[in-house]
Amino acid sequence: MDIFSFIFNPFVGLYNLIRDGLTQLLLAAGVPADTTRLIVFFIMGLLVVTVVLILAPVMMMYITLLERKVVARMQDRVGPNRVGPLGLLQPIADMIKFMVKEDIVPEGVDRPVHLLAPIIAVVPVVMSFAIIQFGVGMGAVDLNLGLLFLLAMGSVATISVFMAGFGSHNKFALIGGMRAAAQIISYEIPQILAVAVPVLLAGSISLSQVIQAQSGAFGLGWFFWYIPVGPIAFFVYLLAATAEINRVPFDLPEAESELVAGYHTEYSGMKFGLFYLAEFLNTFLISAIGASIFFGGWQGPFVQQIPALGILYFFGKTILLIIVQLWFRGALPRIRVDQLMNFGWKRLVPITLALILFTAAFLWFYRGVLLFLKGYGG
Amino acid sequence: MLERYALIGLFAFAAVTFPIVPLILAFLFRPKKPTRLKQSTYECGIEIQNEAPEAESIWVQFRVQYYIYAILFVVFDIEVVFVYPWAVATNQMSAFWVIEMAIFMLILVGALAYAWRKNLLEWV
Amino acid sequence: MELTAIIAQLVFFVVAVLTLAAAFLTVLVRNVFHAALALVGTFFGVAAIYLMLEAEFLAIVQVLIYIGAIAVLILFAVMLTRGMMQSQESGTNKQWAWAALAIAVLFLGLFILILQVPWVHSGTAVYTDTTPYLGTELLTTYLLPFEVVSVLLLAALIGAFIIARE
Repeated sequence: MDIFSFIFNPFVGLYNLIRDGLTQLLLAAGVPADTTRLIVFFIMGLLVVTVVLILAPVMMMYITLLERKVVARMQDRVGPNRVGPLGLLQPIADMIKFMVKEDIVPEGVDRPVHLLAPIIAVVPVVMSFAIIQFGVGMGAVDLNLGLLFLLAMGSVATISVFMAGFGSHNKFALIGGMRAAAQIISYEIPQILAVAVPVLLAGSISLSQVIQAQSGAFGLGWFFWYIPVGPIAFFVYLLAATAEINRVPFDLPEAESELVAGYHTEYSGMKFGLFYLAEFLNTFLISAIGASIFFGGWQGPFVQQIPALGILYFFGKTILLIIVQLWFRGALPRIRVDQLMNFGWKRLVPITLALILFTAAFLWFYRGVLLFLKGYGG
Repeated sequence: MLERYALIGLFAFAAVTFPIVPLILAFLFRPKKPTRLKQSTYECGIEIQNEAPEAESIWVQFRVQYYIYAILFVVFDIEVVFVYPWAVATNQMSAFWVIEMAIFMLILVGALAYAWRKNLLEWV
Repeated sequence: MELTAIIAQLVFFVVAVLTLAAAFLTVLVRNVFHAALALVGTFFGVAAIYLMLEAEFLAIVQVLIYIGAIAVLILFAVMLTRGMMQSQESGTNKQWAWAALAIAVLFLGLFILILQVPWVHSGTAVYTDTTPYLGTELLTTYLLPFEVVSVLLLAALIGAFIIARE
């Protein structure tokens, strides 16, 4: 019996095994109980952080490969296939290249700001990974305000864009940085409001609770099916989140025909590598969150019986959403800056505001009907 | 609750070291051969005129629209913060609950409509 | 429990010192852009202190609004200002002595006040998830302020638009 529960949920099982073993060991060594608790808490925390921090760059590297492969297919090319079988070692070669590339710092840059900008671009994304639920009970931290925490971390990214734009001492970087900042703030409101729809439906801001609320029959009670609210909220979320991380078709800050490379024009070597890392970690993050709040995250058929399936469901949904974003990139042209701003403020903001009210009215009505039926039956 | 945020603190610490480690590694491995031309600002080969005070020469006059969008953003961001506690106050769920938020939003949509009417949202 | 308390104290002191350092940097640095960045650091420190007071919602909102919105507004304003990077001007003017005196008096007053207030320790356990209670309070006890906030925001917005159009 015990062995079965271990096989069906190996990672959580392993975590519990290590935790209990460590506790037993320390207690046997004569360490006081409260100190043991503290040490075990700290070590297990470090372990989880390490696992997530090893997982994150590996996933990022293979998302870059996936992107190049998928976009190549769409453009009738083959894509990278020289380094390793099927080009599987390409990301590692890329990483080595980033390492040995000379770091050119142009004269006149604001050195501390120029150096700090890529670091500040990466930090909030990595911190956001803390709340992702990778499987049943497989989140590093389960915050009561998980989704708000995530949005707060996302809003910090604007600062790094400003720093890169300002610190580079370059017109293109400055204009690119300003455009990127204006774009990020314009799409942040629709994004936050779109995330509020699943929060309303689940009645909780905690990511794990939102996923829990989508169990339904066979683990298929995803919020996406709550027509018409779910699909609209999902598409608004996807568009706004894509705009937030400056990807196609919202990649105006990096419009190479007019702005060279936008705010990272003057970056090279590993510093550019960090911006690149942040971009792809963000791609994973918004897909993972989209999959969690609209498509049930690890929810799926038979996940109650075999929790290990949850990991497959989660990653499957996330990768599908990543491919949707790559599809955007392969299929859509870049939009104009005035279209971008108009679409954000004049379309998405009113739509999401109306959506919130509609959802609330629907919930109230639905609850009333339920109460009425209950009163009628009893 | 603090326990969870202690983990977040651990994550914050790790998140800061996470980008610094590859930077240090790259610092050890990469070549360092700066030349005057290589270090010039990317400007299509034309030198920046540097008689003006430092960084003045890259100065661009940005349009005031940026500021207007930023103000709109601050106001709506504050509003959004009120939406979240309202959304989870499920024990209050009633017609009143919906109407209260509707009034709150309507007043702010008034602001958006004002900006729209006065053509402040136009990016020209 | 002793050990946890010591660690909590230690973390508090580190955060407090960093916050104060960032705050000093904000007023001492001559480059306006750098000052704005130091202000972001201060906001972070304040958010961390809110967390230690178990004010979870407040801490996250501090990051979301003060760093994500207010600091961004300040940075936009800096970018729109000509000569933002000129660092020739002195950080102080002739009235610094008077300002220092006023601030010293204010600090002393606050300090004495803090020492004299009988801080109440609530005997009951703190709620684990405070946000629903916050929402309930907003919709019942503080309903009028809640609605008035939106009018205030509207007024601020229209005022800002009129200034920006000048």
